[in-house]
Amino acid sequence: MAAQEQQQPQSRDVEVETDAPEAPPAAPEAQASVATQGVDDLLDEIDGVLESNAEEFVRAFVQKGGQ
Amino acid sequence: MTARPEALPSEKLPAGGAMRVMGSETEYGIHAPSAPGANATMMSARIIQAYANLTRQRAAGGAETRWDYTDEEPLHDARGWTLERSAADPSQLTDRPPVLDAEAVALAYGRQELEADGGDESGSLLMNMVLGNGARLYVDHAHPEYSSPEVTNPRDAVAWDAAGDLVALATVRKVAADPDLPAINLYKNNTDNKSVSYGSHENYLMPRSVPFGEIVRGLTPFFVTRQVICGAGRLGRGQDGSGAGFQVSQRADFFEAEVGLETTIRRPIINTRDEPHATADKYRRLHVIIGDANLSQVSNYLKFGTTALVLSLIEAGKAPKIEVHEPVGALQAISHDTSLTATVKLLDGRRVTALDIQWMYYEAAAKLAQETGVSDAFTGDGHTREVLDRWESTLALLGSNPAAAASSVEWLAKMSLLNGYRNRDGLEWNDARLGLVDLQWSDVRPEKGLYYRLLSRGRMQSIVDDADIARAVFEPPSDTRAYFRGKCVSTFGKDVVGASWDSVIFDVPGIGKLQRVPTREPLRGTEALTGRLFRKHDTAGAFLRELLGLDPAPPA
Repeated sequence: MAAQEQQQPQSRDVEVETDAPEAPPAAPEAQASVATQGVDDLLDEIDGVLESNAEEFVRAFVQKGGQ
Repeated sequence: MTARPEALPSEKLPAGGAMRVMGSETEYGIHAPSAPGANATMMSARIIQAYANLTRQRAAGGAETRWDYTDEEPLHDARGWTLERSAADPSQLTDRPPVLDAEAVALAYGRQELEADGGDESGSLLMNMVLGNGARLYVDHAHPEYSSPEVTNPRDAVAWDAAGDLVALATVRKVAADPDLPAINLYKNNTDNKSVSYGSHENYLMPRSVPFGEIVRGLTPFFVTRQVICGAGRLGRGQDGSGAGFQVSQRADFFEAEVGLETTIRRPIINTRDEPHATADKYRRLHVIIGDANLSQVSNYLKFGTTALVLSLIEAGKAPKIEVHEPVGALQAISHDTSLTATVKLLDGRRVTALDIQWMYYEAAAKLAQETGVSDAFTGDGHTREVLDRWESTLALLGSNPAAAASSVEWLAKMSLLNGYRNRDGLEWNDARLGLVDLQWSDVRPEKGLYYRLLSRGRMQSIVDDADIARAVFEPPSDTRAYFRGKCVSTFGKDVVGASWDSVIFDVPGIGKLQRVPTREPLRGTEALTGRLFRKHDTAGAFLRELLGLDPAPPA
C-alpha cells in the first residue's frame, strides 16, 4: 500500500464539478444561541475526555494491514 | 427468488424488500498506548483470550469453541474460477488457522500465564471463538474481528453488530483489569490514517441464479454513492491522510479496482469472493467490503437496509439502468465533497450528484416494494416500509439541510463536532487535536468514545433499544441457523469441539465418533424448528440422538 496517488484525486481524469457550498440558512438568533450553548457544553465535556498529548497519541496509532 | 419445491414456507423470506439473510464483520483497530511497539497479532489474541476467560467465568461453558475451517474457500471467485494458492497474496489464505509458536505466545502472555491458562494441545494460542449469540470472534490478520450471527433484517443487523461493540468493550475492560498487562484500546474505525486500512464487511445471501454480471452492474453506482448516508467520516485525504480536509468515507481512498477477489490489496468496489457457507448450488454470499464501520445506528441501519433493497431490485431485474464513468474515481470524488454538490458522469452522458443516484435507487426500490406488497403498513414484511421511510427522509434532509442530518448520518455528526472545535479554537484541518477527535470518535469505551458522548447527550438517534443490544450479546437471533449454533455453544458447550457458519461438531461420550451437524440452510436451525429440542434435553447425547435420529442410548 505504498502508492499514494490518491492524494490528489481531483487530478484523475474523472470530471468533477464542485460548486461552492451554499451558506446554510440563517437560524433565528435565539435558536442559534441555544445551539451554540449546546455545542460549547459538548466541547467542554469532550475536552475532559480527550487523550492527553494529541499529537503523540495520534502518531502512535499505527495499524497493520487488514481486509 | 427461485422457488424450490422442497422449500417449506418457513424457509423463505418475503421477496422484493429489505428482508434477507445478512451479517456484518468488524475488524477493530487495536492500540496499547503504554506499549506502542506491541505486536498487533499478539494483542488481538489477548483480546480473544480475554473474552474466553470472561465467558468461562460466566459459565457459558465451551464458548471457546474452535472454528471449523472445512468449508472455507477464500480463493473461489464468483466469476467462475479459483485462484491458485501459489498466486494468492498470503493475506488471502484465510482458510488455515493462524498458528502462534510457543515463543511468540510466551512473549505475549508470559510463560506462567500460558501454563495456567492453557493454549490448545499443540501449544498454540486460542485465536478463534464461536459465541453463544452465534457470532464468531477471532484474530483476523492483525486485528480482532467480530463476525455477527446471520440475521434476517436490517434492524437485527444493527442490534447484533452493536452487540459486537459490547463484546469488544468487555474484552477491553478485562484486559485493563489485569495489572500485568498493558491496557488495550479498540476502535471501530477503518484506517490509522497512515496508509493502512482494515475492513468492515457486510454479507448478503442471494440466489445463485442471479448472474454475477447483473450484480456488478446493479450495485456499482449504488456503492459509489451510498457513502452519503452511511459514510463514517474521515479527517484527511489520500491513503496516508496527509491531504488536508475532511471526507465522507473512511474507506473510499483505499479502493483501487472495480471488481476483484482481493480484500487486502487492490481493493475492489465489488468483491468476488465466492464462499457461500451454505448450499453452494443454491446460494451465493455476496461479500461487501466497501462499507465503513458504523457506530451511528441510523447509518448502519440504512447501510444494511438500502443494500438489501437494491439486491432485491437486481434479483427482480429492476435496478436503475445507469453506469458511472470511472467508478473508482467517482467514489473518491464523492467522498471528498462534503457539500454533496459534486457531479459524476454517467455513461449516457448525464452529469448527476450522489444524491441524484441515490434517489433513482430509492424510487425504483419503493416501486418494487409497492408492487410486491412488502412495504404495506399492515400486510407488509414489517421492515421494508421503515427502511424506505428513513431512506427517503434522510435523502431529503441531505438535499435541503445537511447540518440537520448530524443526529443520524455518521459523517455529518463527526464533521459537526470537528467544526465545533475548529470554530471555537480556530484550528486548521491538520491540527493534531482534530486527528485525535477523529480517532477517539470510535473508541469502544463509552466514557472515552466521542460517538458515545454524543449518544448520551441525546445528539444521536437510535434504532434499537439498549436492552435489545445487551440481550444480543448473549442470545442468538431466533430466525436463522445462528440460533442452532449459538444454542449449541451456550447449552452444550462442553461437548461442542468445533463450529463454523455451516456446521457444529460434537464430541459426545457414548456416541463414539465426532458428530458433524451440517447447517447449510441459513433459514433452518431456527427457534421454530429446533427450540423444542433445546428445551427438552439436558444432555448433548440425548439432544443429538433425537436430532440425528440415532438409536436411544443403551441403559447404563
